[in-house]
Amino acid sequence: MVGLTPTSGPAVRLTKVTKRFGPNTVLRDVSLDLHAGEVHALVGQNGAGKSTLGKIIGGVYRPDAGTLEVAGHVTRGWSTRQALGHGVATIQQELSLVPDRTVAENVFLGIEPARLGVLTGGLEQRFEALEQRWGLGLAPTARVGDLRLADQQKVEIMRALARDARVIVMDEPTSSLTANEVERLHAVIASLRDEGRLVVYVTHFLSAVLGVCDRLTILRDGELVRTGPTDGESAESIVQSMLGRATDVSFVAPEPLVSAEASPRLELRNVSAGTVVRDVSLRVRPGEIVGLAGLVGSGRTEVARVVFGADRLEGGEILVDGEPLPARSPLRSIRRGIAFIPEDRKSQGLVMTQDVQRNVGLLAASRLRRRGAVSDRAERALAAKMIDELQITPDEPGHAVVDLSGGNQQKVLFGKWMTISPRVVLLDEPTRGVDVGARVHIYRLIAQLAARGAAVLLISSELEEVLGLSHRVYLMRDGATVGEVDPATTTADDVLFALFDIARTTDRTLNKDPL
Amino acid sequence: MTTGTAALPTARRPSIAIAAFARDYAALILLVVLFIVLSVASSAFFTSANLLNIVSQQAPTAIVACAATLVIIAGSFDLSTGAIVAVTNVIAAQLAIRAEGPIVGLLAAVVAGLGLGVINGLVITMLRVHSFLATLATSLVYGGLALLLTNGALIPVDNSTFIALGQNDVGPIAVASIVLGVFAVLMMFLLNRTVAGRHLFAVGGNPEAAALSGIRVNLIHVMTFAASGLAAGVAGAILVSRVSSGQPTQGADITLNAIAAVILGGTSIYGGAGAVWRTLTGVFLLALIGNGFDLLGANQFYKNLVTGIVIVSAVALAASGRRR
Repeated sequence: MVGLTPTSGPAVRLTKVTKRFGPNTVLRDVSLDLHAGEVHALVGQNGAGKSTLGKIIGGVYRPDAGTLEVAGHVTRGWSTRQALGHGVATIQQELSLVPDRTVAENVFLGIEPARLGVLTGGLEQRFEALEQRWGLGLAPTARVGDLRLADQQKVEIMRALARDARVIVMDEPTSSLTANEVERLHAVIASLRDEGRLVVYVTHFLSAVLGVCDRLTILRDGELVRTGPTDGESAESIVQSMLGRATDVSFVAPEPLVSAEASPRLELRNVSAGTVVRDVSLRVRPGEIVGLAGLVGSGRTEVARVVFGADRLEGGEILVDGEPLPARSPLRSIRRGIAFIPEDRKSQGLVMTQDVQRNVGLLAASRLRRRGAVSDRAERALAAKMIDELQITPDEPGHAVVDLSGGNQQKVLFGKWMTISPRVVLLDEPTRGVDVGARVHIYRLIAQLAARGAAVLLISSELEEVLGLSHRVYLMRDGATVGEVDPATTTADDVLFALFDIARTTDRTLNKDPL
Repeated sequence: MTTGTAALPTARRPSIAIAAFARDYAALILLVVLFIVLSVASSAFFTSANLLNIVSQQAPTAIVACAATLVIIAGSFDLSTGAIVAVTNVIAAQLAIRAEGPIVGLLAAVVAGLGLGVINGLVITMLRVHSFLATLATSLVYGGLALLLTNGALIPVDNSTFIALGQNDVGPIAVASIVLGVFAVLMMFLLNRTVAGRHLFAVGGNPEAAALSGIRVNLIHVMTFAASGLAAGVAGAILVSRVSSGQPTQGADITLNAIAAVILGGTSIYGGAGAVWRTLTGVFLLALIGNGFDLLGANQFYKNLVTGIVIVSAVALAASGRRR
């Protein structure tokens, strides 16, 4: 009944697949067989490479080395279009639907029934046929933009089914669904498997892995840890395998605080903002580096944005030096000495059309005025000073930032914010996409900023980084701070268990009382 | 260790350097080549009278284009400059023939241009309408206003003070050319030497980063449209003075000529990069093509065709090998 070609070999085979982004290797020599008729989980910590692997199978990325075989054929020039043609569909975290068109139009987007490019109609009938077979319960004429997220996801699934996809890659499909909707999605996934299709399920929800997946592959730092059946696995055994030390990075141990009892420079009291941040309370003292650890989507970035005044504060209080801030905006924050280094330096941090000098001088421009004009000489000198201090290469103020390596771009961003001599520093993923050498340098910089008396709030997906650099670490889950740990006595294992909310039977070192 | 992995090799091959130079200075190279060709081909070309006349003729378009550079670097477009020229030249003429007199009339054109530009900026930032659509709409409003003010008729002005701006010379140089020079220097200063100029590049290059750097993005946009409106007002004043009559149809082709000159000169159509000198290069490259046709007595039917080909080749040359 199903139009699947019975092949003896695996539906998808990866052989020594390697993927690099700039100087970073995100996947290294991954070899893996995925079979028809299974739900296969790809799991790992943030940044372990699980999404990248899913995207390689779906043709979003191409491997830099190694081969990808689909149904026994080695792929060449693999793209999403090619992948779809060979029955491999990807459902990405960010849905790729056309919100203003109907469900049926979206489902058949790109494969519209047509003759010589003229639509022949029959969309509705074909949709009905699909609906009868799968019963996802969507109205064909509904506008996709009006649907709930879970239903939009179903549209994506139907789109895959309309093309008779034999391999369906789902990247964190449940991250924005309610428990009820997750259950229904899992039922659909199970029936896809029962039909003999392969579902690749990228997730960090371990309950989903154990509940719906047949086999799993655990990745760590871009390398395959192990692959095997989920039977006999437990959340604990999976997390244990996901953990691992970054081998080649030495952390700069934070300086002991001069006075541990100093009053906080930055304090958040039951802050809520936007749709994510529900209840965040934390304190950062001058000279202190405070980490904020949480899974992707837990609201870490949003905390930094609301403190900086980029997002509106909806509840609670934000105090600087004990004073609540009445009107808040990025400009006012900068005047108060608050620096914010955002997670995406290309889209939020740097002006990529400009050179190093202009980027470093952006915040200082008004201070560099001589009789109304910005002094090019003073700006150049400032840039040269930062280049020297941060060891930016090449050491030319006139060099375009677009040509710099990720690490050097990040240093330029640090240099820009150091020109305001910040009293509060908000760091969001300060070492993302940065090579090892520059990484150590940035760690030293963060320690320096604190040593100069700034209150540093450090957000990072890399637990080793947070634990290695911070004096204290807050744990964040589902938009709320849920605990505080002392990095000196806590391991990444402890933190990860707490973030996944798994009760550990053995020693619990976590102090669950915030503040 | 992979620190110091600069994307650029320290020593470039000469051929690559030449290609990069051609990309960066495409319009300037074409301008120089055309200048030399015309100097050789026509004895009337390389004379101070002809060259000064070209500058004077191009002054209104060049002034509008200089300000359009700011708008485009900030990531927007102003399609209403021609209509502002139409309104402001009519206002100047109407006030000049009344009690207010010629000086007030010309000044009023400039102030009115500034005001209409500010309105553009407010519509775009406050109502969050895309600049392309917003200025297309205001250009209809302003153009309609010019027709209403005059009932569609010409307003002749017979006054020697009034025509001085557009017709008189100081020594060998036309007053209009001097106004252009002052205005261009002003725009260069604003763009390269002021805090606002720094912020303008940042807003066009990365609006998100600009906002997170505490830059008042909306204020920057209003400022660029104010400059553009002011420039159109100045152009309107020069044109009404030059033809000594207010005309509601004046300035119709100035909008697209100015934008073409900006892009031809090499300012990025995506915003974030560009320069006023580039725009002047673009203006005069287009002007020399027209001047060449006149001097050589070539078939005028080919003029638009050649102009179009030059624009496409210059832009293609500048875009060659550029990363997307």
